[in-house]
Amino acid sequence: MPIRPPDLVLAPILPELVLAGVAMLILLVDAARPSRGGRAMAVVAFVGVLGAAAVVLRQWHVPAADDLTVLGGMVAVDRFALFFRLVILGCAALGVLLGAHYLERTGEGRGEYYALLLFATAGMTLLASAADLIVVFLALEVLSLSLYVLTGFSWSRLASQEASLKYFLLGAFSSAFFLYGIALAYGAAGTTSLGGIAEALSGPGQSTALALAAGGLLIVGFSFKVAAVPFHMWTPDVYQGAPSPVTAFMAAGTKVAGFAALIRVTTVALGPVSWELLPALVAVSALTMVVGSILAIAQDDVKRMLAYSSIAHAGFVLVGVAAANQEGVSGSMFYLVAYAAMILGSFAVVIVVSRTGEGRTSLRSYRGLARRNPVLGALLALFLLSLAGIPPTAGFIAKVLVFEAAVRAGLEGLVVVAVLASVVAAFFYIRLIVLAYMEDPEETERVPAEAAPGVALGVAAALTLVLGILPGLLLDPLQNAAVLRW
Amino acid sequence: MTGGFPWLTVTVFLPLVGAVALLAAAPLPRRRPEAGGFAGEDPWRWLALLVSIATFVVSLGILTEFRAEPGFQLVEDLDWIGPLNIRYVLGVDGISLFMVLLTTFLMPLAILASWRVDRQVPYFMASLLALETAVLGAFVALDLLLFFVFFEGLLFPMYLVIGIWGSGRRVYAAVKFFLFTMAGSALLLVAILFLAFRAESALGQVTFDLRELVGMDLPAATARWLFLAFFLAFAVKVPLFPLHTWLPDAHTEAPTAGSVILAGVLLKIGAYGLIRFNLTLFPGASEDFRGLVITLAVIGIVYGAVVALIQTDIKRLVAYSSVSHLGFVVMGIFAGTLQGMSGGVIQMVNHGLSTGALFLLVGLLYDRTHTRDLDRLGGLARRTPVLAGFFLVVALSSLGLPGLNGFVGEFLILLGTFDASRLPAVIGATGVILSAIYLLWAYQRSMHGDLPSELESTPDLSVREYAFMVPIVLAIVAIGVFPKPLLDRIEPAADRHVRLIAVDPASADAVRATGGG
Repeated sequence: MPIRPPDLVLAPILPELVLAGVAMLILLVDAARPSRGGRAMAVVAFVGVLGAAAVVLRQWHVPAADDLTVLGGMVAVDRFALFFRLVILGCAALGVLLGAHYLERTGEGRGEYYALLLFATAGMTLLASAADLIVVFLALEVLSLSLYVLTGFSWSRLASQEASLKYFLLGAFSSAFFLYGIALAYGAAGTTSLGGIAEALSGPGQSTALALAAGGLLIVGFSFKVAAVPFHMWTPDVYQGAPSPVTAFMAAGTKVAGFAALIRVTTVALGPVSWELLPALVAVSALTMVVGSILAIAQDDVKRMLAYSSIAHAGFVLVGVAAANQEGVSGSMFYLVAYAAMILGSFAVVIVVSRTGEGRTSLRSYRGLARRNPVLGALLALFLLSLAGIPPTAGFIAKVLVFEAAVRAGLEGLVVVAVLASVVAAFFYIRLIVLAYMEDPEETERVPAEAAPGVALGVAAALTLVLGILPGLLLDPLQNAAVLRW
Repeated sequence: MTGGFPWLTVTVFLPLVGAVALLAAAPLPRRRPEAGGFAGEDPWRWLALLVSIATFVVSLGILTEFRAEPGFQLVEDLDWIGPLNIRYVLGVDGISLFMVLLTTFLMPLAILASWRVDRQVPYFMASLLALETAVLGAFVALDLLLFFVFFEGLLFPMYLVIGIWGSGRRVYAAVKFFLFTMAGSALLLVAILFLAFRAESALGQVTFDLRELVGMDLPAATARWLFLAFFLAFAVKVPLFPLHTWLPDAHTEAPTAGSVILAGVLLKIGAYGLIRFNLTLFPGASEDFRGLVITLAVIGIVYGAVVALIQTDIKRLVAYSSVSHLGFVVMGIFAGTLQGMSGGVIQMVNHGLSTGALFLLVGLLYDRTHTRDLDRLGGLARRTPVLAGFFLVVALSSLGLPGLNGFVGEFLILLGTFDASRLPAVIGATGVILSAIYLLWAYQRSMHGDLPSELESTPDLSVREYAFMVPIVLAIVAIGVFPKPLLDRIEPAADRHVRLIAVDPASADAVRATGGG
């Protein structure tokens, strides 16, 4: 087979190039003038994210030619990818804001934070558009390596170091699973391109066993990244140990990007064997919801509780993925946006309550929060209610959408498990609201309002509320973004 | 869309606008309590009161526009979530009409009764008004998912009202309330989604619109499962024995306004849901389960009454009397006769008024004596004759004395049930006797006998207290003497519902004779 060099049209990955370019610029400047960390770099990074978002928006309005996959079939720039890129860039923007505030307080404001965050973002957006397993793997590594370092960013805090090491070891482990899956997929299909695999698998006389093994390993690899049970062990420790803005960015961004790739791989490449893989997806989904919700009850640290909550939410998104119909895809996409908004918002509250570093993350610190700062208390309640799926919030609509898709796919049993899990989950969200609203505060001092987290909180709260009341604003564009072609 | 003024939307969302205004204004600087005493909080109270009165006035518009016909009126129908065909559909019929009026009528009274709440006043009032929006929305929503939104939406404000402004074990009561209701309604959501999805094959498109889902053909087994899922959600709310255990706690610990709204209106959503959704959507399954439901209702009647007998906490006594009275309502609804259904609906209104009034009175007693313990009360009739008089009228109304409102409903229910099946009616009737015992006994223990020395200087009603007791007692008397306007409007809708599961659909004339007299 003659090797044809791909035509080098780089426009489709322009957002990633912008992100990586700005990241390298920050690294260079930081190396030259290390004292200038802090605020200036935050501004540069924020502008970089906005620039990338502008490029994506332009791509949205000027659709690519008929050929949806570019760069030799390596990258897809369909609306599905563009949509996820935008969501991820939104998470990154809030991550920059929260980080700038947090690092200023702890005095750890160094340029690398922004550079690493932008690299991770580039990895995530690339992951959302990857149309070939090799690119999926590359993107996963780009985002993971950056996040390993970011997790250990507070090098004076032992928990942060420990979390980083744990994340790295388990992450490397999951990469091995994923690579093995790629190898088996290549063995089964003779190609690593998602479309090619689908074509090969739907042909006659294919070895289903090999394809199933490949599919299973790929799903295991993704399950690590999106923190689905039983591959969730790293999550609570890492979410607790990492600096809060990193946790916020990671909890939202990694899950969104991981699911983007998971959805694309399962619906496109593994589409022909989706029926055989369904039991695995259903089992992982049910386990994730139940285990995440139940273990969250036992936590007495807010970040750990939110970590288990984020595990449980991975299970709910998987309900939509398992449904494997178009409603399921658009439902999962809606769910991910809602989830990103509410989890970022929740961690923003954690950051404001902690004031400096990780000082006040035990549940006790939330006693009487509503009296010490009514607005912050109300925002926390809003995010928690949304996480619990109580109307009129985005979390409720998101659940309705994925449940409806699953009912349509005949998965009523899974939906029943899901609603029961959400009742269990309501228990611990409510407990935090009880602390914030119904108990007397331990400290009487007012929790001060903060500018940068304030913006993040405002954006997240607006999304949580608006998407809960007028979900059509997002659902309408989703109708043509949820169509996956190859 | 019938065009015209959107009466229902305005009624439903006016309180929410008030709530948002209160929340937005709450952080504004104002006179500190040290400077002006409680007067510093008065603007919040007046704002909330005015909003709730305005809502009541607007809801009277619904009454004037309403014609005594079956079917939904004043329908508003808009797209909400396009891809799933979830619509914003509101409408009233004779059953929901009076639930709406009851809600808008009780809310200003509840707010007046909470004038003495002095902690975080704007948030309290905002919670009450948000609660009103959710309750009203649940009564007029005709799209199942929209209904579910309101149904779940009322959880949080009520939870705050109990948990922040309640007494004693308020947090326990609030969490119990929240989790019971949430657990009950979890399967409701699945059932709604399943039903809507089945509509796609039966009706050609996904729909959550009640009007389109009625009469959809479902396999009997499926209908039974769906019935149970709906039933569980509403039985918790009613509450039916044995799902009632959250109610005494919630009632007892809630502040007066919370108890009034909880008893007066929230419990009605359960009974209303049984009529509007269980009977309408699954008539076949309703017949299958009628025996079970009526049995539970009768157990609730007797159990609630017996437990009420042994209470010494007067608020708990009233709470258990609710369990008993709501048992009557459910028995009437499932009796399958027009009298039963009409009686059930009118009894929902009556129970809202009578029990709401009882909770107001308990609040008055507690404000004066700082106890709810009947053993520590007594002889108050000498110091507070007006309070005692109101108490007596309300107690008599609640126990169903002819000439007051409670009689009309209970009589129709017993008549209607007796026609259909005798034994439940006979056993249920003992609940009437027991309620006479516990209510009069409570009256006797608090108002007659020796006056404890510490209650010597108990004051009688103030002007503000007259302001919320007089309207409710007037309503109690008015419905007792002249129930016809209510029955005329309830009946067409009740008839339409009862035909779905009717034992004897041709009994419409009998009820007219009874109701008119």
